[in-house]
Amino acid sequence: MTKSIEVQQDASPIINRKAIKSYALQESAIVKWSLITISLLFLALFLILPLITIFVTALEKGWATYVASITHPDALAAIKLTLTVVLIVVPLNTIFGVAAAWVITKFNFKGRNLLITLIDLPFAVSPVIAGLIFILLFGAQGLFGEWLYQHDIRIVFALPGIILATIFVTFPFVARELIPLMQMQGVTEEEASMSLGASGFKTFWLVTLPNIKWGLLYGIILCNARTIGEFGAVSVVSGHIRGLTNTMPLHIEILYNEYQFTAAFAVASLMSILAIITIVIKNIIEWKAKEV
Amino acid sequence: MNNSKKVIFTILISVLLMVLAACGDGSSKVAFLNVSYDPTREFYQEFNEAFATYWKEETGQDVAFQQSHGGSGKQGRAVIDGLEADIVTLALAYDIDELVRSRQLLNEDWQTELDYNSSPYTSTIVFLVRKGNPKDIQDWDDLIKKNVSVITPNPKTSGGARWNYLAAWGFADKQFNGDETKIKQFIKELYGNVEVLDSGARGSTTTFIEREMGDVLIAWENEAYLSLKHESDKGEFEIITPSLSILAEPPVAVVDKIVDKKGTREVAEGFLNYLYSEEGQEIAAKNYYRPRNEAVLEKYKDQFENLELVTIEDFGGWQEAQKVHFADGGTFDEIYQ
Repeated sequence: MTKSIEVQQDASPIINRKAIKSYALQESAIVKWSLITISLLFLALFLILPLITIFVTALEKGWATYVASITHPDALAAIKLTLTVVLIVVPLNTIFGVAAAWVITKFNFKGRNLLITLIDLPFAVSPVIAGLIFILLFGAQGLFGEWLYQHDIRIVFALPGIILATIFVTFPFVARELIPLMQMQGVTEEEASMSLGASGFKTFWLVTLPNIKWGLLYGIILCNARTIGEFGAVSVVSGHIRGLTNTMPLHIEILYNEYQFTAAFAVASLMSILAIITIVIKNIIEWKAKEV
Repeated sequence: MNNSKKVIFTILISVLLMVLAACGDGSSKVAFLNVSYDPTREFYQEFNEAFATYWKEETGQDVAFQQSHGGSGKQGRAVIDGLEADIVTLALAYDIDELVRSRQLLNEDWQTELDYNSSPYTSTIVFLVRKGNPKDIQDWDDLIKKNVSVITPNPKTSGGARWNYLAAWGFADKQFNGDETKIKQFIKELYGNVEVLDSGARGSTTTFIEREMGDVLIAWENEAYLSLKHESDKGEFEIITPSLSILAEPPVAVVDKIVDKKGTREVAEGFLNYLYSEEGQEIAAKNYYRPRNEAVLEKYKDQFENLELVTIEDFGGWQEAQKVHFADGGTFDEIYQ
């Protein structure tokens, strides 16, 4: 949502922005600097300090322990599982997000608002409930439980359940990023393309996609970050079988509960590095998007 | 029209891909899964290795052991919901009874299938205090003193916590000669001193040791010893054995319906029987579980203090204890608001 406001501001006439700026400058310097100090202190306390703690604790017992912790078979299995989930979930949600945003912004149909509301649903539903939904559907006592049991298909407490739960939690990210952007761009360019005889696919590929590419990448990055970090929903459907159904966040919890604090923080530091890379890429994308 | 067809096509493809992805893992290889409760992690890690060697020698079979740990009640729930456990090794019989009640996953009389109520090792409930015992805690009645802060998990969710609760009840029962009003008052005061009510036994231990909260942790004996072994830089601890406690019998069972489906009954039964063997008992004792085997117990007798123990039978068995104390509207709801 905030993104859409930003985009709109950028699009507004330059004179207007200058007016806002000079108005802001009328505030006294005390207000300005105290606000900056508060924000920085807040960030230091709640972001930088914990981040430093993670790395300090992870390296407390030296590099050898650190390397041993993240190359332990269970840790490697957790990393592999998390990456598998990312490789399946992120492309699926990208396809879904683009399709949904396209349908919502380029067409007028009944139930359009309902669809928008439904896409927002995972934001409103607690991840724990998201996990429980799949237990209720595919668990042994669930709706399809008996059928799945008879056909020996395992959904919950196995990879498919983890993927389903993650898809549920992360599917709004791409669509939510694209909808405001595509709404703003309108349909005139597509109409022009169509009237010149291009096919629907060609129009999408040559007209729509180049227009939305930065927003799309931004959405994918967010979706990716959440997929790696998702804990609640995955915890419910995982079954916590070590070396098999523990993703990285679950593996960290297990290590912590086993008094292996250094190892827990070592894997946590690995996740933090992924998060930092994500933020850097996100910033590059935002910067590039502004340049265009 | 052409456009909307393309869109529908794209959506259909993505749904199909989702379904394919979901079915892809259906054929993963058969493995042996032990669903257990929290404090047995270290024990089964060691035991699995010993059993794997033994089983390989006996049968030539290689088994891929898998472990899952968590709060006992939560783990039982997962098995009911379809976690395919070959064996369950939980904190109390009630959680295995639930597997029978909900899905008939095993026989009703599962607890008679192995010796000693199907509990190859036992434990009891003791106190862990900070070095030097600054609050001078010796017995249960010291826990209701005004300035004592107690850490114990929630009996609604944790198996260990239920043993804790019943041990305290057993002490009060003896103290007040079965006067229920006085017992409840005692328990109420005790839980009034509880600073953090975690959802599982391991969570409580972490609260006490790592977060340094509370003066005394009511814990499994094996868990208390284990935390002595894992002593961190956060300080040292002492174990205090109260005058009276409860004989905690964590039971084990083969999940009939699942081993028959997977064809793993032989190794599942072998696994449980090996828990009763001298090697198995020795590993249990090494991990601070009280062994059933007399010879092994004798060997480790310095580790296990003698104390008066009540049993779950004194509370009429788990079904009865659950109903009276931990079900909605039970004594725990009455004393803890």
